[in-house]
Amino acid sequence: MEFFRIRKDIPFMRHAVVFNVISLLTFLLAVFFLFSRGLHLSVEFTGGTLIEINYAQAANLEKVRESLGKAGYSDFSVQNFGSSQDVLIRLPLKAEQNTARIGESVMQALAAEAPGATLRRVEFVGPQVGRELAENGALALLLVVVGIVVYLAFRFEWRFSVSAIIANLHDVIIILGFFAFFQWEFSLSVLAAVLAVLGYSVNESVVVFDRVRETFRKVRGLTTPQVLDHAITSTISRTIITHGSTQMMVLSMLVFGGETLYYFSLALTIGICFGIYSSVLVASPLVMWLGVSREQFIRPKKQIEGANEDGAVV
Amino acid sequence: MNRYPLWKYLIVAAALLFGLVYTLPNFFGESPAVQVSSAKATLKIDEKTRERVASVLQTAGIESNGIFLDSNGVKVRLQTTDSQLQAKDLLEKHFNPDAGDPNYVVALNLLSSSPRWLTSLHALPMYLGLDLRGGVHFLLQVDMKGALTKRLDSISGDLRSLLRDKTVRHGGITREGDRVVIRFRDNETRSKARVVLEDSQSDLLLADQGEGDDLRLVATLRPEAIKRIQEFAIKQNMTTLHNRINELGVAEPVIAQQGAARIVVQLPGVQDTAKAKDILGRTATLEIRMVEETAGALEAAQAGQVPFGTELYVERGGMPLLVKKQVVLTGDRLTDAQPGFDNQTQEPAVHLTLDSAGARIFKDVTRDNVGKRMAIVLIEKGKGEVVTAPVIRAEIGGGRVQISGRMSTMEANDTALLLRAGSLAAPMEIIEERTIGPSLGADNIQKGFQSTMWGFAAIAVFMIAYYQLFGLVSVIALASNLLFLVALLSLLQATLTLPGIAAIALTLGMAIDANVLINERIREELRNGSSPQAAIHTGYERAFDTILDSNITTLIAGIALLIFGSGPVRGFAVVHCLGILTSLFSAVVVSRAMINLIYGRRRKVESLAIGQVWKPANVGAAEIK
Repeated sequence: MEFFRIRKDIPFMRHAVVFNVISLLTFLLAVFFLFSRGLHLSVEFTGGTLIEINYAQAANLEKVRESLGKAGYSDFSVQNFGSSQDVLIRLPLKAEQNTARIGESVMQALAAEAPGATLRRVEFVGPQVGRELAENGALALLLVVVGIVVYLAFRFEWRFSVSAIIANLHDVIIILGFFAFFQWEFSLSVLAAVLAVLGYSVNESVVVFDRVRETFRKVRGLTTPQVLDHAITSTISRTIITHGSTQMMVLSMLVFGGETLYYFSLALTIGICFGIYSSVLVASPLVMWLGVSREQFIRPKKQIEGANEDGAVV
Repeated sequence: MNRYPLWKYLIVAAALLFGLVYTLPNFFGESPAVQVSSAKATLKIDEKTRERVASVLQTAGIESNGIFLDSNGVKVRLQTTDSQLQAKDLLEKHFNPDAGDPNYVVALNLLSSSPRWLTSLHALPMYLGLDLRGGVHFLLQVDMKGALTKRLDSISGDLRSLLRDKTVRHGGITREGDRVVIRFRDNETRSKARVVLEDSQSDLLLADQGEGDDLRLVATLRPEAIKRIQEFAIKQNMTTLHNRINELGVAEPVIAQQGAARIVVQLPGVQDTAKAKDILGRTATLEIRMVEETAGALEAAQAGQVPFGTELYVERGGMPLLVKKQVVLTGDRLTDAQPGFDNQTQEPAVHLTLDSAGARIFKDVTRDNVGKRMAIVLIEKGKGEVVTAPVIRAEIGGGRVQISGRMSTMEANDTALLLRAGSLAAPMEIIEERTIGPSLGADNIQKGFQSTMWGFAAIAVFMIAYYQLFGLVSVIALASNLLFLVALLSLLQATLTLPGIAAIALTLGMAIDANVLINERIREELRNGSSPQAAIHTGYERAFDTILDSNITTLIAGIALLIFGSGPVRGFAVVHCLGILTSLFSAVVVSRAMINLIYGRRRKVESLAIGQVWKPANVGAAEIK
């Protein structure tokens, strides 16, 4: 089997502007949704209480709502979680409530109207923790960005590191845009997925850049767009196969991992798809426009003292 | 050119053996066990305890699968959960004849059922996180301001008795915010007091204030004293939590400091979460204060005008009571608290024993206040409750005090337990809580395992179909990566959580990248007309740089998560980072060793089983022009 039978280098760079416009539009759309709709942050970030309960039969959500209302709770949300037997209750943070006992008091309230529930999980997060988590998330993102820029600048060239990070940061924004548009829950594990994607799709750019560097060094007489086209064409097979394999694993998590891993793997899926696109078709044109050229990779040959024309020391 | 020296093969073989041995315990599962450990610092668990456990079980005819002694205590492995419960009840009865004052913690536990030779190699199964085994996780915030306030309150008390002992007359000592103010009528007494205080209270910074006949001496805590008090507060609270959790009987509790003012408590496998929260969440401290009995004061307070220096409380039973803010005695002075009954009325009561300083203060106070009422205030979560407010009949010496009044036996037991378990140096608040039921934990393991398995299977099928023998080698390398990762996690006894399992799956999905890179490179070399042996050689050589670069960027992201992540994210990050490191070894060294074994020894290799290598009609056209 051989999926990719490519005779000539595909002229990706000819369409560089198109790719970048598409990606700019997606990016702007994502930013728009982020601002207009905002992220649906999980309890971990906002603070509050999350209670997961399980019924032997399909749960009557109306009854659950009713009994919570009667018990004096407000602004809560009740929804099915995974199956019709599992119910997830979200309660906002309230100063006057005795948070330490909220799990029991909810169970008591339910026992009257909608009996037969077993408590599966309670999560309570205080307000100060939520704020810290958000801050730490931002710091982690910053550290990843700086770390990658510095590493790539050191291993390659600043042009590469700048374009790689621009291309991949725009992936992050697009993932967030999806979460804002569909109002999917943005939790800590989604944040972990986003950062993992950032590291992962940068490695995609690295593979292409590696080829670019190699081609610049080995082959003479090519224009920069030609070098980029050649690098992308010769790595595309690996790109698709690798991402396909990773995606198979992620898909398996999406299907078998249950609710808890659902949004995690969803974020990864979006990240992987856009990661391929952006790190190949956005990062490479950026490198080109930033003015990469052959001279940057050819180290001036050192003249050894006493060497003759052929470089041999007599 | 594709031969490894013997030592490289040996390293790969050793690594695989290591991986196998340390992964093995995870397959044996866990068997029910009972653990007996000490509940008191003075009580040591030794060989004798082990023999005692053995003899108790033998007399009752409960068969065990081994009784071990380790640093945690004596552990008994049992065959069934039924005999586990039986053994627990039996040992509980035998080791703690007095349920009110347990000397030992007898708890249900799970023990790895891997064979002893594995355990002796420290090959233990991975430590499962709370989301996989069920249990409770709390993050508690220690109120440091409260700790200082409390300390200042008790300093005011000390100053009062100090000045009285030295017969220095003052016009009142009050705490105002974070300072203690002592009033004097003349400068002379103030200087005298200053000398007295400077001699004995090295923690305080003193400053003169005021003029005329309103002279004040203002005492504040020195910064180093504040630091010491805060450090002490968190240590003391951790000790207290330890004691309380011991009373709960949890096999492997985790109590750890996080940051400057936080404590993490994890109670794995706790089924009765309500009780756990009850005991932990109750941050009770005891204070003994005098009741304000000035005529009319209580009525004024009820009308909304609480007199200065007093607080309005409602006694158990509903009677309002005006209590002075000044604290006579705090729970720090308590050495023991036992539930019991009042000798005369047979009402449930709590018997308190005070330390010598506490006993002396109590004696002084009761002598000076015969006929007056004193209130015993139990402070939980910042709210005080007057348990009882008895009238002082006579001077009480010897440091033995009894609290009784409108308590049920249950309440007396709980109050005694809370007081005995030690008072908290500062109030605490639960700021994060996770309770995971045991069934959810089992579900999570199942789901995590399934997703990894199916994902792995899909990748394996594809790789073998696409790259044939090289695909098989890649899959074996990937499997060895999983082996190393699990072995490393087991060896480090890192906590495995659901995000951790997700990280294992994701890492496997990403690690295959290295083998795809290598295989594609080898195909490309073949396409360009290299000989099979040369293709293998250059393929591995050229791919390595790329693999290194791409893994390092992924590692940077992992490390950032490790530094800034907390809870579930950290679990993810640990596994992710380790997985990247093991994948470097398995994808490059292990797969190369296998390929070398297969092809390296043959003198002549006609073709490589790497799947179809498509060549364009004019060779080299995929190259340039």
